Amino acid sequence: MSTKESQKNPTNRRKFLQLGLISGVSAVTGVSILSSFAADEEKELTPSGEKTRLLTPDGKIVEVEVSKINKYPEAHITPAEAREGIPNRKFVMVIDLAKCKNARSCVEKCQKAHQLDYHEEFIKIQLIQNNEEASPYWFPKPCFHCDEPPCVTVCPTGATFKRDDNIVLVDNTRCIGCKFCITSCPYSARQFNWGPKDKFKNLDQPYSPETGIPAVEGTVMKCDFCPDMLRQGELPHCAKACPMGVIYFGDKNEDIVTNGEETLRFSELINERGGYRHLEHLGTKPNVYYLPAVNRQFPLERGFDVDEEIIERYRDVPYVKKLKKLGKI
Amino acid sequence: MDLNTRKRELVNEFSPMLRTSGPLLKIWISLLLVIILMGLTAFVLQFMKGHKITGMRDNVVWGIYIINFIFFVGLSYSGAFISGVLHFFKTPWKNSISRIVEIMTVLSLVVGPIFILLCIGRLDRLHYLFIYPRIQSPITWDIIAIMTDLIGCFIYLYLTFIPDLAILRDYSDEETPNWRKKLYKFLAIGYQDTPNQHKRLHKIISIMSTMIIAMAIVAYTVLAWIFSLTPQPGWNSTIFAPYFIIAGLYSGVAVIIISMYLIRKYFSLEKYIRKIHFVGAGIVLLVISLLFGYFTFTEYFSRWFSHNTGNDHLLETLFTKYFWEFILANYIGVLIPIFILFIKKLRTIKMITFAAVIAVLGLWLNRYLIVIPTLETPFLPIQDTRPEFIHYTATWIEWSLSFAGIAAFFLFFTLIIKFIPIIPMSGIIDGDKMQAKNIKKGKNIKLK
Repeated sequence: MSTKESQKNPTNRRKFLQLGLISGVSAVTGVSILSSFAADEEKELTPSGEKTRLLTPDGKIVEVEVSKINKYPEAHITPAEAREGIPNRKFVMVIDLAKCKNARSCVEKCQKAHQLDYHEEFIKIQLIQNNEEASPYWFPKPCFHCDEPPCVTVCPTGATFKRDDNIVLVDNTRCIGCKFCITSCPYSARQFNWGPKDKFKNLDQPYSPETGIPAVEGTVMKCDFCPDMLRQGELPHCAKACPMGVIYFGDKNEDIVTNGEETLRFSELINERGGYRHLEHLGTKPNVYYLPAVNRQFPLERGFDVDEEIIERYRDVPYVKKLKKLGKI
Repeated sequence: MDLNTRKRELVNEFSPMLRTSGPLLKIWISLLLVIILMGLTAFVLQFMKGHKITGMRDNVVWGIYIINFIFFVGLSYSGAFISGVLHFFKTPWKNSISRIVEIMTVLSLVVGPIFILLCIGRLDRLHYLFIYPRIQSPITWDIIAIMTDLIGCFIYLYLTFIPDLAILRDYSDEETPNWRKKLYKFLAIGYQDTPNQHKRLHKIISIMSTMIIAMAIVAYTVLAWIFSLTPQPGWNSTIFAPYFIIAGLYSGVAVIIISMYLIRKYFSLEKYIRKIHFVGAGIVLLVISLLFGYFTFTEYFSRWFSHNTGNDHLLETLFTKYFWEFILANYIGVLIPIFILFIKKLRTIKMITFAAVIAVLGLWLNRYLIVIPTLETPFLPIQDTRPEFIHYTATWIEWSLSFAGIAAFFLFFTLIIKFIPIIPMSGIIDGDKMQAKNIKKGKNIKLK
């Protein structure tokens, strides 16, 4: 519904977008992107008739419909515009491993939003065992949006880039498909479109690196932290979809992260709960933090309540081998 | 002997080589053309249907294409290195092999980069590399290095052709087709072999031979960096550049020996390509195989001894899934050539050629083991159910394109041999002159 609207009237919406961002930053209206993270999810986009006054960057006061503030619909962000980050933001994600039970809602919602196929997953749930003695845990793995991204360094055309708001994106109109970024990413976060697919021809929505839709054959794609959602003041799809509130998302500048239910201080969360980054020693400086899988809320086995095919993925994990031997799965 | 008669004599000697096209040659060329045609079909299929018809998938994103790329660029690099070094030796025997080396250098540098293009998902956007270049990327360095190297090698090859082209222009008999004469005349760019021209040409060739050594080392180092600058265990290695350099020489010398054998056999050039060449090249191969074995050992030994998780995982894969490949590449492929070349009695032409064949095959497999198992063992374990995403196997598309590349290399080689004598005539003349000079000086050194 809103997509159609945005196509009809893009310029109008662009204006609102800029306005909204400025209002968020200068806090003239007191509404910021983040404060609405935890807000109600699906607000109707009907003009309420109610208007408010906003200060524009050049000092003018304009009247705007209340329903459109911070709820600026998906204005189309062109590849060139996508290279600029959302101003004054440093996005971070915190994943609480103690709460994950492999419900796979994040994966499914992400796939739906990014029009991915069954096996194409921007966020993967891996089963990790830290050492032989430790019990395994579910490990959701999105792109880590590193501060020192090896993928960006090696890209010969600048198709993949790091933005000021911490997000690493791929512009598939620029990508030549050399796959060097895939080989240099130590987290296997990137995927390649190996062949033509019908969905690539779906041009209902103009392409934006911020949505990654439609994907293009022979180019690379990956988790994008859903900047289109962020611009609307919403959480990324994975964080929104998680029934356990595993995924916290927020802004390092404001020192706030939220999973939609609770909003916490990022620094306190990391300090008090022993937050860490995966494979820290590689020096890539990820922006995805993990809280260790201690005091688990669910037994690991709850995660095996999924498709046969998904369980098959974990067959090489020693723990799963043992379970299979005992006939428990 | 008069210089003119000597030149005519040489042209008469080598003309049959350029002209005759026996049934064997026709079969050979058509066979190569069929293989190339198969490869072209595979290429069209890959272009139309996308890379999913190759064995490459999200983990192993580069397959045997990149291995062929490293292999051919390695040949070229070593060819440039060897011909550059040969140029500084004042021995006449180098003349018999110098052209083989130079042709190999250029041709492998033409064929090699085609393989990297096959890895690229959007060939239609290749020009983006120049429209939106990013100098930080090792791929950009590689493009610059390889293009410079290619131009340099082309110029070098051409320079070494000029005196022979001039001889062919002046002394070809009536039977030579007109188009050939015209082409020789055009390509010889008015070279008359006056002492002044002779001196100047040799000076330029000397400068170029030094330059192509440097360019080749840079190109191959940058190529090694494509791997070693990534954080992947198995690639992230400080010795990769020198290791690749030695590996390139190993395959290069071996391919030179094989070409020498084939050319000598087919054209009956026993007079020019003699046992001394094989033994000489064999000893060079021995030295390099020792060095190559040393580098391989150091590389894997330090990975094994330090046994950090990533390396452990890689070595475990190498010693289980790739056990036989590992033995073939890094034991058989190194030790057999060392054994053959070390024992003086075994240094016959056939045995040396056999050692060279083993070296080439072993080296190709060694490159395979550097690329594929590393990509199959990333930091985070591959948890997937699709077998093709876990384990890489090349499809017929990739194999037929690989063979097409090799066939193209041989075809171009054959065509060049049909155009210009494989033994540089001008070099023979220079050798004669040198000998005459030495006799005059009373040195009477046995040069041949």
